[in-house]
Amino acid sequence: MTSIEAQVLQPYKYGFVTDIESESVPPGLSEDVIRLISAKKGEPEWMLEWRLKAYRHWLTMTEPTWANVKYGPIDYQAISYYAAPKQRPKVESLDEVDPKLLETFEKLGIPIAEQKRLAGVAVDAVFDSVSVATTFRAELAKFGVIFCPISEAIREHPDLVRQYLGTVVPTNDNFFAALNSAVFTDGSFAFIPKGVRCPLELSTYFRINASSTGQFERTLIIAEEGSHVSYLEGCSAPTRDENQLHAAVVELVALDSAQIKYSTIQNWYPGDEAGKGGIYNFVTKRGACRGRNSKISWTQVETGSAITWKYPGCLLQGDGSIGEFYSVAVTNHRQQADTGTKMIHIGKNTKSTIVSKGISAGHGQNTYRGLVKIMKGAEGARNYSQCDSMLIGDQCGAHTFPYIDVRNSSAIMEHEASTSKIGEDQIFYCKQRGLSAEDAVSMIVNGFCKEVFKELPMEFAVEAQNLLGISLEGSVG
Amino acid sequence: MTDRFLLEIEDLHASVEGTEILRGVSLRVGTGEVHAVMGPNGSGKSTLAQVLAGHPAYKVTGGSVRYDGKDLLELDPEERAREGMFLAFQYPVAIRGITNSYFLRSAVNAIRKHKGEPELDPLDFLQVLEDKLKAIGWDDSFMNRAVNEGFSGGEKKRNEILQLAVLEPRLAILDETDSGLDIDALKTVAQAVNMLRSPQRSFVVVTHYQRLLNYIVPDYVHVLAEGRIVKSGGKELALTLEEKGYDWVKPVGAAVS
Repeated sequence: MTSIEAQVLQPYKYGFVTDIESESVPPGLSEDVIRLISAKKGEPEWMLEWRLKAYRHWLTMTEPTWANVKYGPIDYQAISYYAAPKQRPKVESLDEVDPKLLETFEKLGIPIAEQKRLAGVAVDAVFDSVSVATTFRAELAKFGVIFCPISEAIREHPDLVRQYLGTVVPTNDNFFAALNSAVFTDGSFAFIPKGVRCPLELSTYFRINASSTGQFERTLIIAEEGSHVSYLEGCSAPTRDENQLHAAVVELVALDSAQIKYSTIQNWYPGDEAGKGGIYNFVTKRGACRGRNSKISWTQVETGSAITWKYPGCLLQGDGSIGEFYSVAVTNHRQQADTGTKMIHIGKNTKSTIVSKGISAGHGQNTYRGLVKIMKGAEGARNYSQCDSMLIGDQCGAHTFPYIDVRNSSAIMEHEASTSKIGEDQIFYCKQRGLSAEDAVSMIVNGFCKEVFKELPMEFAVEAQNLLGISLEGSVG
Repeated sequence: MTDRFLLEIEDLHASVEGTEILRGVSLRVGTGEVHAVMGPNGSGKSTLAQVLAGHPAYKVTGGSVRYDGKDLLELDPEERAREGMFLAFQYPVAIRGITNSYFLRSAVNAIRKHKGEPELDPLDFLQVLEDKLKAIGWDDSFMNRAVNEGFSGGEKKRNEILQLAVLEPRLAILDETDSGLDIDALKTVAQAVNMLRSPQRSFVVVTHYQRLLNYIVPDYVHVLAEGRIVKSGGKELALTLEEKGYDWVKPVGAAVS
């Protein structure tokens, strides 16, 4: 260990377990389990059929091995696919929500109780396999905005769900997306009608609590013509020795001139210093810019998870549509991340911007993997990509795999990449001005990530900076 | 006696990667005095500056350094800074994405906190900064640029002196502040340093060339050769050196030590 690396270790702050009675289905996956989940959710027949079709396809698929990450085999029969706190699945008012759940979210900094709510942010709180509360629903409804758990949307707004579900990420898209389609339990649904600027930030907070379970959430956001929405998701999980699987699917649809800004602050339990435990975060996120001049912007701050496998992408179908991807991924200790984006240019004059910042410390391995594809008909497409890596210490790694596939000669592509190392000299310079080593690192790292942080909604930019500080504590001395 | 001398270096030995660079440096700097340390390349001038500031790459193998009555070598680099020791770097590093004014305010507040004074908010700090800039006659054009990023050599050196002005140290060590500067830039920087001279502030000016000392006139001049101070004198020593070159002191130094 170099002197930069040696320092006290800060334990994961969100590793507590809520002691709450829960019901879960026994471990194992079969058509019966899927029927059970579907029945628990009170789903219509078409939904069950959709799940079963996905499941049957999943059985024919094999787990992908191309990612630059290493982990032991996952026993899909050892996972419980449904866990929920014992209470009525749908409560009419927050007064009926178990106080332990309210307390849990408050402890996580996501107050959902009426008097303590975050101003300007509507929150859907998902605990294990179910949504326990969604705030500001009535206020949003006045604008025609629907924001509710997806399980409820399937029952209450089946036509909308059927029209869009699986159209961006098909059930057979990949191994984990197929698994999710078969067993997803909850997640958020948002619908912004034509011409409406959503008056509040929408936010979902995902909490894994039960052990031996997986979390499989599904999020669907639809922005109609000319509408705007900003959505943020956060997540955390208890400290456990076992690895838990989180395989989510997120689908976004933007129609003509609609704009969706999707931000993620991912803080799943990363495992301990030696790499024991932690969440396997294998998710599929994709947005379709279906309409002309529509725009989808992904911003992610990835500090948690033992393993991250995630490529939020954009299908730029509408002429003049815009896709953006801003990412900060941190790997400390034994964490591994293989993350990046896919920008598929289909329409004319489509534009994409990719800014990726990877920070590796300890024995962390950080991989940027990105695909920019310009299809034949995408006349006048433009892409700008920037991939920067920062190394802290000499045991970690940064890897970059940028794939570029251009089939139209009018495309303009720019790619910049850099790798830097926080050195003794930078730290010493800051110390000589009176700053502590921690403050120096936090300053250097925040400066490095600035282009991404400025894309986050104001309320969360500070949280992201603090989170980054916590994740890197112990990496520099 | 600790009242008379802000800095007392006794028989200081230091090495880097096992090679001894300082081989018994002794030097006393009184409050308000300006000392120039001159010497040929490789004589240990910059090492002396880095060791005083506490750079981790240098290992002190012998001797002692007292600063304001305290054992300096016991203090961490940030503690030395907070106690009023400032090093103007020969090669200031860049910090991407962090503005000069943010960096400087963080530094000022770290020092204020150490002294038990309230921290300055951005607006208060802006006022302090404006006053300092005005005092040394500079505009605020680079305060919103990232720390030293894309700065020219001259801008970097000016920035070091601006930091010196804002942090108000009791002991300022200038490590080859003249290197890489043309004559106009040199004059500007020297002028600012002269404005910052005060009976409460001591300077150790490390330089290879006499020309800086035409503008920053020292009270004492020391010549460092092969890790030892081989000659000390008044400001005229610098002129003699300029005339006769460093070879002139070497044999004398060897004989003296």
